[in-house]
Amino acid sequence: MHNHSKGFPLTHVLGFIASLVLTFVALGVALHTSLSYKAIIWIIGSLAVVQALLQLYMFMHMNESEENRATNTINIYFAIFMAIILVAGSVWVMSFGM
Amino acid sequence: MSANVNTSLPLEYQTEQSRLNILGFWIFLGAEIVLFATLFATYSVLKARYAGGPTPNDLFEIKGILTETILLLTSSFTCGLAIFEMRRNNRNGLVAWMIVTLLLGAGFVFMEITEFINYVHEGATMQTSAFLSSFFVLLGTHGLHVSMGIGWATMIIIQLIRRGLTPTTARKTFIIGLYWHFLDVVWIFIFTFVYLARMVG
Repeated sequence: MHNHSKGFPLTHVLGFIASLVLTFVALGVALHTSLSYKAIIWIIGSLAVVQALLQLYMFMHMNESEENRATNTINIYFAIFMAIILVAGSVWVMSFGM
Repeated sequence: MSANVNTSLPLEYQTEQSRLNILGFWIFLGAEIVLFATLFATYSVLKARYAGGPTPNDLFEIKGILTETILLLTSSFTCGLAIFEMRRNNRNGLVAWMIVTLLLGAGFVFMEITEFINYVHEGATMQTSAFLSSFFVLLGTHGLHVSMGIGWATMIIIQLIRRGLTPTTARKTFIIGLYWHFLDVVWIFIFTFVYLARMVG
C-alpha cells in the first residue's frame, strides 16, 4: 500500500490494456472461429475469469489492506464459490428430464 | 471512533472506522456476487425457453453490445485513475476523473436503454418468454446498479468539492470506486455468457 504513488499509474494502464485484449480475444474466438461450442464456452469463460481477477487485483487492490487481507480474500472467494454452486448446480439439476 | 489512527496509510485507511467501513463494503460485495449469481442461474436455466418468441439470433447485435462493454470497461479504468489521483492528494484530478467516469457510465446506461427499447419494438418484452424475463431481470438489475452508482457518485463529488479531501471523504470515494469496479466485473460475465456465448455459430 503506497501513501505517495508515483507519477504514472502503470498497473492501471496495464490492467486496462489487458482487459481490452481479453475482451477482443473472447469476441474473436466466439464469433470468428469454427471451434466446437463446448470449446468456445470454456475458452471465453476462462478469459472472463482472468479479466475479473485482473479487475479485483489491479483495479480494486483486493489484497492491499494488511490488516484485513485474509478476511477480504476469504470473503470474496467464498462468495465466488457460492456463485459457482448456484449457477452450475441449477444448470445441472434442471438438465434432468430435458 | 477516531482511535487507532495510522497516518502512514493512505487517507482512506487512516482511521479504524474507515478500515472497518471498507471491510464492511467488501462483505457487501460478497453478497452482491451471490445476488447476481442467482440471476445468472435463472438465466442459464431458462435461456432456451423462447415460447415462440424472438431468440438471441434475432435480437443481439454485436456492435452495440461491444460499445457498451468498452464504455463500461473504460469507465472502470478512469475510476481507477481517480483513486490514483486521490492517493497523490490531488483533489481536482480526482474530481475530473470521477466526472469522466460518470459520463462514460451515463453513456453506457443510455446505450442499454436504447437497446431495450429496440427489443421491445421488435416484440421482445419481459412478458414474451421465460428467456426474455430472465434476460431483462439480469440486465435490468445490473443497469439499475449502474444508474444508482451514478447518483451516489454525484453526491460524493459534491462532498469532495465542498469539504475537500479528508479521511472521511477519501473513504467514501474509495468505496464508490470499489462499487464501480465491481459493476464492470459483473458486466464481463454478462458480456461473455449472456451475449457472446449465445451468438456462437
